Amino acid sequence: MKSKGFMTDFFERNGLALGLYLVLAVGFWLVILIILPQLSMLDFSFRHHLPPPEMGGPKDVYTLEHYKFLVLGAQGSDASYNVVDLGVFARTLFAALFVTLLDLALCYPLAYYLGQSNGGGFVRVLVLLLIIPYWVNEILRAFAFRIIFGDSGVINEMLMSMGVIDAPLDFIRENIALYSGLGYAYILLMIFPIYNVIESLDRNQIEAARDMGSPWWRIHWRIVIPYAKPGISSGCTMVFMLSAGALAAPQILGGPSSLWFTQIIYQWFNQGGNWPRGAAYAIVLLSVCIIIVLSMMRLFKVKMGDLGK
Amino acid sequence: MKDGVSIELQDVWIRFGDFVAVREANVHIDGGSFFSFLGPSGCGKTTILRSVSGFLDPSEGKILIGGKDMAGIGPNKRPTALIFQNLALFPLMKVWENITFSLEVQGVGKAARRKRADELLDMIALTGQGDKLPSELSGGQKQRVAIARALCAEPDVLLLDEPLSALDLKLRQHMRTELRQIQKRVGITFIYITHDQGEALTMSDSIAVMRHGIIDQISDGEAIYDDPATPFVASFVGENNVFRGKVKSIDNGMAVVATNRTGDLRCRIGTAALGNLQTGDDAMVFIRPEALSIAADATDAGNHIKALVINEEFEGLAYHVFLEGDAGKEIKMSITNQGKARETSMNKELVLEFNPEQAIVLPFGELASE
Repeated sequence: MKSKGFMTDFFERNGLALGLYLVLAVGFWLVILIILPQLSMLDFSFRHHLPPPEMGGPKDVYTLEHYKFLVLGAQGSDASYNVVDLGVFARTLFAALFVTLLDLALCYPLAYYLGQSNGGGFVRVLVLLLIIPYWVNEILRAFAFRIIFGDSGVINEMLMSMGVIDAPLDFIRENIALYSGLGYAYILLMIFPIYNVIESLDRNQIEAARDMGSPWWRIHWRIVIPYAKPGISSGCTMVFMLSAGALAAPQILGGPSSLWFTQIIYQWFNQGGNWPRGAAYAIVLLSVCIIIVLSMMRLFKVKMGDLGK
Repeated sequence: MKDGVSIELQDVWIRFGDFVAVREANVHIDGGSFFSFLGPSGCGKTTILRSVSGFLDPSEGKILIGGKDMAGIGPNKRPTALIFQNLALFPLMKVWENITFSLEVQGVGKAARRKRADELLDMIALTGQGDKLPSELSGGQKQRVAIARALCAEPDVLLLDEPLSALDLKLRQHMRTELRQIQKRVGITFIYITHDQGEALTMSDSIAVMRHGIIDQISDGEAIYDDPATPFVASFVGENNVFRGKVKSIDNGMAVVATNRTGDLRCRIGTAALGNLQTGDDAMVFIRPEALSIAADATDAGNHIKALVINEEFEGLAYHVFLEGDAGKEIKMSITNQGKARETSMNKELVLEFNPEQAIVLPFGELASE
């Protein structure tokens, strides 16, 4: 039945005007807003850091110096590797992974409850309550977290008045504030994909499993989680990518001694004025994140098409 | 083959808030029998099934399985297996994993499970299809997988919630026979929920007919059909011509009813109404279309219905003749096709007769709405 080409079929179905709009809009989004900027970043990352007059001159040739710098550090330094930057890089990825797992652990039960309870009105109120906090600006939310996690913040005050602790805990230094803030920032991106999938799960399957003697954990392990896998992977991908690439929350909530890799990139671009180096760092972060996501998908046998669910 | 286990419902009430879903149900189900709950949707039959399987507790009363009170015992601990209306096969598990899920729960090893799955696949004539996914099977095959999955745990009682309703007519009739054969082979008690009287009549040893949470009658199929206990049962199971009237006289199990539109009819008092039907009571007479025939002698006094033919249908097995009685009341008569020339024709006035034993009179009551 594939007599006509996909494009002919597409235009016949949508009409010329709508079809053209769709093609142009998606094309603009993909090419102008995503591919071109990333290509120019890629190009930047392979160039020397030159003063403007020398750009395009004889010295403007491709080089790997910025990638070398990330791995090996400045030439002539004592260490054989760039321990500081690589350390921050690894810590960022692990922390993002941790935030992702934290969100998953928090969201799965909630999404399961929301998706399986058929109490329409109450569930809608709950979902609304989840969304409303996102009307507040991201930076404002981060500062609010800084305040409640501060030395004289609500949490410390409460713990001290209950006599659990004598002196205030330093949530900021211990990065607890940072992980909470990041986890909170992306929690909806985890809940909704899982909720959407679980909502379509036939409740009779759960009852059938119960009827066959299955304990609750096996019902989740064998029936709900495999069914929700596309939603789980979609949520995890988004939370991981966005946590690893977050800037505002680490800037505001990060402890004095802990740096997020995006902050280093930011420094190269802004304070350092070294755009090629910043671009190289950003490209490395992007590529490694993509590799991690793809290998996780491979490990858990998730297909690319599932992410769209 | 196992010995069947009996089930007992004692004064079971099930309420959802103010709504009474099941009202004072008292049912005894013999071990090893095929028992059906028959009723229109919303009559409480599925609620009864869910309370037997343990998904909900009765508000009052007791449910006993094999003489043991099931109060406080969850669905995963009861010796029952439930087949859902939509089958609820696990879409992401292979057929053999579906079938042996109950064994997986019990911690049985993979090799043993596979072996058991192959045995059950042989039984349901799906040999070699164990590695498919449920979505790769046809409707009837999925049906059989659901049955195998329920039987795999070797339950004492199999509960079936309208499992055939999604199938097309031919397959449904085939599956009726097959279900009955499986039940006889495994010998366990089957409780079957259906709104389809054909299914209930063909498969069951006993049938409970329900309406609005009330069980109207529990009997075998013949008694339900030939001797209904209430107007509801009479009108819900099979087709019936209804004549309303007042009891004129009663004598030895028979009554003469002065009907509003069709004159006096002599008929048998339904067994359930014996003794509580009095002269002068409002009553309903039920005569099946196949109990009516064209009167051999229209001149004698008793049991004649005069009517005009307004429509005819030929169904192969029988002719259905639709007639209009005295006051515009439609009457249906079915004549078995015996290859003889038809005596009916459009707009012809006929005189019908019937055997008084096949006409049932019951106290006035609610009919099943179409």
